[in-house]
Amino acid sequence: MPSLFDKLWDRHAIATTEGGATIIAIDRIFLHERTGAAALNSLAAAGRSVIDPARAFAAMDHIVDTLPGRSDVTTMPGGTAFIRETRAACAAAGITLFDIGDPQQGIVHVVSPELGIVLPGLTLVAPDSHTCTQGAVGALAWGIGSSEAEHALATGTLRVMRPPTMRVTFTGTLPPGVTAKDMALALIAAHGAAGGQGHAIEFAGPAVTALAMEARMTLCNMATEFAAFAGFIAPDAVTFDWLQGRRYAPQGALWDRALADWQDLRSDADAVFDREISLDVSTLAPMVSWGTSPAQSLPLGQPVPAFSGSGSRAAHDKALAYMGLAEGQSLAGLPIDAAFIGSCTNSRLSDLERAAAVVAGRQVAPGVRAIIVPGSSAVKRAAEAKGLDAIFRAAGFEWRESGCSMCFFAGGESFGPQQRVISSTNRNFESRQGPGTRTHIASPETVAASAIAGRISAA
Amino acid sequence: MSRPFTTLTSVAAPLIEDNIDTDIIIPSREMKTTGKTGLKDGLFAGRRYAEGRVENPDFVLNRAPFRDAAILLAGDNFGCGSSREHAVWALAEYGLRCVIAPSFSPIFAGNAVRGGVLPLVLPAAEIAALAAVAGPLTVDLPAQTVTGGDAAFSFAIGAEAKAMLIGGLDAIDLTLLFADRIADWTARNRAARPWVYLGSA
Repeated sequence: MPSLFDKLWDRHAIATTEGGATIIAIDRIFLHERTGAAALNSLAAAGRSVIDPARAFAAMDHIVDTLPGRSDVTTMPGGTAFIRETRAACAAAGITLFDIGDPQQGIVHVVSPELGIVLPGLTLVAPDSHTCTQGAVGALAWGIGSSEAEHALATGTLRVMRPPTMRVTFTGTLPPGVTAKDMALALIAAHGAAGGQGHAIEFAGPAVTALAMEARMTLCNMATEFAAFAGFIAPDAVTFDWLQGRRYAPQGALWDRALADWQDLRSDADAVFDREISLDVSTLAPMVSWGTSPAQSLPLGQPVPAFSGSGSRAAHDKALAYMGLAEGQSLAGLPIDAAFIGSCTNSRLSDLERAAAVVAGRQVAPGVRAIIVPGSSAVKRAAEAKGLDAIFRAAGFEWRESGCSMCFFAGGESFGPQQRVISSTNRNFESRQGPGTRTHIASPETVAASAIAGRISAA
Repeated sequence: MSRPFTTLTSVAAPLIEDNIDTDIIIPSREMKTTGKTGLKDGLFAGRRYAEGRVENPDFVLNRAPFRDAAILLAGDNFGCGSSREHAVWALAEYGLRCVIAPSFSPIFAGNAVRGGVLPLVLPAAEIAALAAVAGPLTVDLPAQTVTGGDAAFSFAIGAEAKAMLIGGLDAIDLTLLFADRIADWTARNRAARPWVYLGSA
């Protein structure tokens, strides 16, 4: 009868408050330098300490530069203070920090799974909306604000109203060249950016179990763009094989014990959900966003839609004006100024391998700025060991250090106003990648193919 | 600990668009320090200012009588995007203590309650009716009503969020009342699932 969510929740429910919230045990908390110092400094100022520093981690990813030869000095004005204050606060609190120069440094949601910090059956929170990425291993992982981060650090718990549940079942088989990113964009385009409103969403079905581990992370990553409380996938042999032997994963007899415990982490056959939707992936095509919300995405071959009656006409027109597009216009063949592959959505080794396969032996179109930012220092080393950096560099791509980089604009590097960027990131919001910058989100292979063509193109 | 919220009377500024994300509420470039203050000038910066950081006269908060509004009317999925609590801190520092929308991003709603900003859910049609009211609105949290002109609507809110806002309560203090139960639970869980716990302790 219980769903995977019920099992994850019930494993962690400690008590119920007068107001009906659950005091839920938090197994892992992950900070970054954008908001980590704010939470740790505020905690210390209140005279409180971290209840179990061994289960708290931090990484430098948001503010740190991704240019070669980087240091504490950043292109973002004032960024140095975020880096140094976070470093000092982590040291004072006894929290492990994956700092600049650390071989394990990288984007939180890339580093945490790759080190086995997140595991099936755990709860993990971070003051970062894309924390839902980590639900891909069968954990309950969700983004919080700074105040809740302080609460989790101080008490090892959060007070949470039990969210409603949803199952999204992906049926069918993905056509070649269509990816988890396209699945996520198709789902959000079909049901809206608020479609998952506050639900704990299990992604299930044959098209999900067929996904490799890193692709599952891409799918869960976009749950927050669907307004979900969290997104997660039942762990299976793919998950267990991927996690075994990782640095913070249990070893030896403890691994066997954990593995036995994890077998139950799946929805029972008769599990009931508050909402169920399904989507057949067999007819999906590579997706590209046209507007300023991930919901404004379409299959690459289709024209920009006319106003459909959902949302407001003014918002539709505003998105078109911002993006410099007209109804009926085709995105395929639209000239681009830049191409970006990176972010917690699509910057893992498999993402870079697929992009490199598209790029190999070809050249980035003249005038197009093309950038690759590996999701972690470990991904960067692994890619270099396979010679992917040489492929990208030979084609004319910049090959960067790992971090969040130009997925978002914090006052440092930007693509510039009215510049059209195709990006493997998660948000095409107004000015997300720089004031006035026009972002089209897509899969890494679509970004790579577009960089080569100089125009939006499928691989 | 936030400023207690009981009743609020103010004109309501209409920004009725869906998916007002936290990058719009406070662009990342406006989060200049690691603190929680100094954010009100950055509120809606991308919309509020034109080139040279002069006021954009078209933006609602730059127009009378909305400049000093304490209530904001918005569209679906308000506060989506980045989890930055700075969005709530910036709204509160500016003086916007209540946002009325058909739905909120779950992270934003949680942050708002912690920061003393009421995330008030009403259907879009009722929000449109409130936008048509010429004078001020009164939000009464204990009574769970919004009134103004001829409009009078009641709203739902969870008991936990309501109590936190009215009392301006510190969630950590409240949870620490459960410290013994948390410690007992943790000891039992550690025995059952030792791999959850890292290092000694």
